[in-house]
Amino acid sequence: MFGAVAAALLVAMGMAIIRALKGPTVFDRILSVNTFGTKTVLLIAVIGFLQKRPDFLDIALVYALINFITTIAVLKFFEFSHLGTPIGEEEAEDL
Amino acid sequence: MTTTLLDVISWAFLLIGGASVIIGTLGILRLPDVYTRMHAASITDTLGAGMIVAGLAIQGGFSLVSAKLFLIFVFLLFTSPVSTHALAKAALTAGVTPAGTDRKSGKGAEAP
Repeated sequence: MFGAVAAALLVAMGMAIIRALKGPTVFDRILSVNTFGTKTVLLIAVIGFLQKRPDFLDIALVYALINFITTIAVLKFFEFSHLGTPIGEEEAEDL
Repeated sequence: MTTTLLDVISWAFLLIGGASVIIGTLGILRLPDVYTRMHAASITDTLGAGMIVAGLAIQGGFSLVSAKLFLIFVFLLFTSPVSTHALAKAALTAGVTPAGTDRKSGKGAEAP
């Protein structure tokens, strides 16, 4: 049964990659990479159950954290065209 | 007898989760513009993840494994709206117009 769910997740990941390649705007790509990351979290959890390895869940949790931070950082970069100015640059507009 | 009942329930949850993940991703593929795709993407984050995590938690029984699974789901529940909001804000400031609306006048597509 876990194999069926893993297969469903892999199919969904393939579709997300298709949207990433096809997406006209850059935000489609960010969105599909974000959902790809969420599906990876689920896939790691399912494979952890498949292989009787409970420690995979920690990897899945850390992956979810990293996926979230990455999405926010990429979005900040695309919105403000920089990730933040070093302290002391007065002319930088406030974020 | 109860183990087979629990197995059946968890398989049902897993199947519903797998189906909703595929449905959400199909929505991402087919919908016209970024904002509607975000709407479809949230299906996989909430329903799909929720069902799969619930199915795995039933298999895991009342243990640390289920606690970790619950933490993963709670974290996904909190962060996916935040990232979707950030994505929508970034797309709006970048000038991506929702399909069917006239950005200049800001009117929605009037019903014919």
